[in-house]
Formats: sequence, C-alpha cells, structure tokens
Amino acid sequence: MDRGAKKSMIKIEKRFYISKGQELYIILASIILALLSGALMLRLMGVNPWEAYGMMLKGSLSDFYGISETLAKTIPLAMCSLAVGLAFTMVVWNIGAEGQFVMGALACTAFVRYFYTDSAIVMLASMTVTSSLAGGFWGAFAGFLKARWNVNEIITTLMMNYIAILLLQYFVYGSWRDPTSLGFPMTPVFPESARLPQFFASRVHAGLFFALIVALILWIVVRKGVWGYEIRVSGQNPRAADYAGIKSARNVILVMFLSGAIAGLAGMAEMAGLHRRLQPGFAVGYGYTAIIIAWLARLHPFTIIFVSFFFGALFVGGENLQIAMRLPLSTVQILQGLILFFLLGGEFFRSYRISLTFKKR
Amino acid sequence: MELIVPILAAAVRSGTPILYATLGEIITEKSGVLNLGLEGIMLIGAYTGFIVTFNTGSPLWGLVAAFLVGVAVNVIHAFLCISLRANQVICGLAMTMFGTGMSSLLGRSYVGQTISGLGVMPLPGLSSLPVVGPVFFNQDPMVYMSYFLVLLVWFLIFKTKFGLKMRAVGDSPLSAEAAGISVSAVRYLSTLLGGGFVSLGGAYLSVVYSHMWVELMTAGRGWIAVALVIFAIWHPFRAALGSYLFGGVEALQMRIQAGGTSIPAPLLMMLPYILTITVLVMISVLKGRGRFLGSPSALGLPFYREERE
Repeated sequence: MDRGAKKSMIKIEKRFYISKGQELYIILASIILALLSGALMLRLMGVNPWEAYGMMLKGSLSDFYGISETLAKTIPLAMCSLAVGLAFTMVVWNIGAEGQFVMGALACTAFVRYFYTDSAIVMLASMTVTSSLAGGFWGAFAGFLKARWNVNEIITTLMMNYIAILLLQYFVYGSWRDPTSLGFPMTPVFPESARLPQFFASRVHAGLFFALIVALILWIVVRKGVWGYEIRVSGQNPRAADYAGIKSARNVILVMFLSGAIAGLAGMAEMAGLHRRLQPGFAVGYGYTAIIIAWLARLHPFTIIFVSFFFGALFVGGENLQIAMRLPLSTVQILQGLILFFLLGGEFFRSYRISLTFKKR
Repeated sequence: MELIVPILAAAVRSGTPILYATLGEIITEKSGVLNLGLEGIMLIGAYTGFIVTFNTGSPLWGLVAAFLVGVAVNVIHAFLCISLRANQVICGLAMTMFGTGMSSLLGRSYVGQTISGLGVMPLPGLSSLPVVGPVFFNQDPMVYMSYFLVLLVWFLIFKTKFGLKMRAVGDSPLSAEAAGISVSAVRYLSTLLGGGFVSLGGAYLSVVYSHMWVELMTAGRGWIAVALVIFAIWHPFRAALGSYLFGGVEALQMRIQAGGTSIPAPLLMMLPYILTITVLVMISVLKGRGRFLGSPSALGLPFYREERE
C-alpha cells in the first residue's frame, strides 16, 4: 500500500500580501499567547494567574489614579522608544537608551546644582538643552565608533549603559548626596524653578508634551522628509545608499546623536517632572522595554505612543503585583520577554502562510 | 613575584566564567547564529547551578543541571531564529530579559544562602612549578576543565567533520545546503551546545566562584563575552587570552578595593566595561573596516531555503 498518497501535507508558502487586519490579528494572537504562557508559568509557581492579571489590570487601568500612573510611565517609555525607533529605522542597534536616559538625568541635575537661577523658563530651557546634549553625545560616541571603525554598536551602547549607571552611583553616593538625607543616596530636591508642572493632582507631568512633540517631529522628518528616506535606504540597503551618494557614515553619527538626545530629554523630563531629585533606581529598564515597544509599533512614531501606554500599564500593574501579591518586579520582565518571543514567532506568519492540504487517494 | 602571582591566579579564576561563555558563543556563532542572550542564559545557569547544588549537596549535579538547562533554554532561541527565521538581535535581547527575569523571580528565596561549592584541587607535580604552578595548576576542577574545553572546541571547529559543516553553514548556507548538509540541523546543534557552555559559565559564578546566589550576579559578563568573541576573531585560543585579560582587570580591581584606596568603588567598577570598548575599538582599527578573517559571513542572517536562486 502506498502510504505517502494518504498523508496530509503541511506546506509553507510565502505571502505576497497581508492586510492590516490580518497583521493586527497576528499581533493580538501573539500577545494573548504570551499572556497565556505567562499564566502557565505563574500557575507552576503556585500563584493564581487570573488573580495576578486581575490585580495588574485593577492597579493600572481601572480608576483615575491607575490611569494617571500609567500615563506617568508612558512618558519615559514613549520617549525612549522614539529614541531607539529612530536608530532602528537606520538598522543601527541602539541598545543604549537606558544609559542615555541616565546621562540626561545626570546632566540636568548637574545644571540644577551648579547653575541655579530663579527663572523657571531659563532653568527648564537650559536643562532641556543640557540633557539632550549629554544623552546625544553618549549615543554619538557609539555612533562615531561604528561610522569610523565599524565597531559593533550593540556592545558599545550596552557597555555605556553600565558605565552611565556607575557614574550615577558615583555622584549620588558621593559629592551630590543631600547632607540632610540621613545617609540615603539622593540629591537634594530640585528647587521650584527646575520643575516641570504636574496636572490634575496626579503625577502626569508636562513631559507628556515632550513625547508628543518629539513623535510629531519624527513623523514629519523620518516618514515625510528626504533625510528620513536617506536613513531608511542606508539601513535597508547600504550599498544602494552608497551608489545614491548618501553619506551613511555621517548619518550613523547623526542618528545616534539624535537618538541619544531624545533619550536624554526623557531623563530630564523624568527628573524635572516626576522624581525631582536624583536617586539610584529611577532607571528601571525603560530603555530596554523601549526596544520591544519600537519593534511592536513597527517604528511608527504615533503607534509608539499608543504601545507605550500599554507597556506603561504593564509596569504599573507590576508594581501593584509587588504590593498586593508580593511578586517581584521581575515578573514584568518575564512577561516582556514572553511577549517579545511570541511577537517574533508571529512575525513568521506575517511573511509566510501555512496551509494544510489533505490529499485523497 | 609574591605580589603578582596571587593576582595572576585570581585572573585565571575570574576569567573562567567568561571563558566558558565565550567558547559557547563561538560554537553558536560559527554556525551563523548570533545569540545575544548570553547575559540571561548565564543568569539562568548561575541560578540552576546554585539551587541544584544547594538541594543535592553535590556541585557536580549543580553543574550538570546548569548545562542541561542551558541547552533546554536555548531551544527557544534556536526555534525562533532557525525555524521561524526571527530577527536574531531582538530574539537575543528577549532571551536576556526572560533569563534575567526568571532567575530573579525564582531565585529570590535563595538570596543569602550559601553552599560549600567546589574547592581548590592542586594538581600534584604541576602545581609546584614556579609561577605557572600556582597560577594555572592550583585551581578548581572547573578551571582545569576549561583548559580542555579550549582545546576541544578548537578541535571540534577546525579538525572534525562536524566543525567543517559548522563553518560551511556559517559562511555560506546555500553552498552547504547544495553539498547536502542540513543547515537547520547543524545550526540547532551548535546553538544548543553553545548555550550549554554559556550556562555553565554562569554556574561557575555561583557554584565555584562565590558559593552563593545574588540577583543579576553576572554584572554584564555575558555581554563582555559577546564582545570577546569578536576580539578572539572566533578562535578558542584567543578567547582564553581575552578572558584572562578581563579576569586580570577584575582581580586587580578587587585587589585595589580590598587594599583600601581613595578611588571611589563605582569608578573602579567601570574598568571592565571601558576595557571592553577599548578592546573592541582596537581590534576593529587593526582589522580595518572590512570583514574579519574567521568571522562567519552569514552571521545573524536567517536562511531561506525556498528562495534559492
């Protein structure tokens, strides 16, 4: 008997077209599967997953306070994601948003410490510039090394994250420590003129406008402008870019500078708007989460804002989990890893279709 | 000499976890698969090694378990990158997040516990040699095993049939496929085997080096190993050289800190990271802007079988 003839076939075919709806289904299915496997994992640890997820939802999106907290976390997430999204557009792997964010926070704290004035406009404007420059140069250094000697930017940006965080520790445990803080490693609180306003008696601050403005500018420059087209070509086909006379090397440095500057600005907003003093532990990995957000939003600036809100909720939910069920914040990290795994897997179904055919004799 | 020998011996010890990880990543990358999840896999290895040793009382079981778990965790990376052709950079970052989160979550009840771990076992005869003896042969068994592993990985890559297949698949998967080699099978094997050794490097930290589990205890060593693979130009002997160089910096830094110094600790702790960047720049400048010899040409690129021209 010929068994082969009866076998059903699994065939993988390349897709030539995918509709927006199908794409959305794939992303939703990926996230649902990630949450389900996260549930399985929690169950194996002896935690009731539905209670945990409920707790996360309740903490982050069920009332005004939750939503305002989520928005407060959306700000740094969105700006860091816009930063890495810009670099990823050129296929430059800036994994250093975390370090650039920290450098931005350090720079504006230094400004407050050494050049304090009473005028809020002067203060905030100068802090904005200082932080953007600090983050920008932190990123541009890796960009320069890549452009000049082809040094792997993934590793340099990552190493500079570690260096930035140690630099932060050096200052807050050292000469910047508030003498009245009873030994806690933190700087004195920022004076009134160095603060961004907060709204609606919540922790949502004016940094939100920074994020929206940066998104709008990026959308115009990267999606609509010539330069944006240049960096996209450089990223997708470096050789074609060379033939077209695009100066890729210069653009790598520029993109890394701007990317770092946006992350640095996020650091300033976080300091002046939310924490209002420098202390270790304010950088909880937004720069890494930003990579997922940018990837998930397909690097589109407006989608990034929207996706950041979702991840902001994940962070706030995670904090609630920590308080209510004594699960550490690393639970959120695992969920992020899982979401990313399933999104990557789902990517396959964007470009391929699996068809089952049942052959009859 | 009395001052330098202990530092050199400490350099070998501190360099060993990085060496295991670097060798593992060389195996993986030679077949064309980039795994940036080293930091996470090492943490999972460190956690697994610790809890198994803690619960069984046997460091040997701890290390074996870490190796096996490392292989198992890398199935995720292999499946996504090889079978589903996912972006290897992003997938590696996901591995790091997942591994970091998992080890922190599962390990939190073990923080502060200690194990007796694996101790020093001087090799009779060899250890009484001047300088070389105390530096290389007055160490723990895992250090000795790493010497063998360096030779073994070199032999595997350059002298065996499987090594030839690995290199073929890493350099030109299309030609390899045409020659009848299964690209996926070779890449799977290399990714899983490499992951096992990376995980073992993590386990060395908890079981042998510090005898305890601390959250995020790898402190960037996984990323340093990724950089060392480039420094080593994908060659095991140079990987050993690079690892001991980093071990040396760590040993020196700890010696300075213990000796009491006016240099603040955070600045001293920056040294390995600054060294990583310096080493990368140096190797890149030396080798010019072109591709490195020994660098697998198809590194990081998924293989599309049906799009063969």
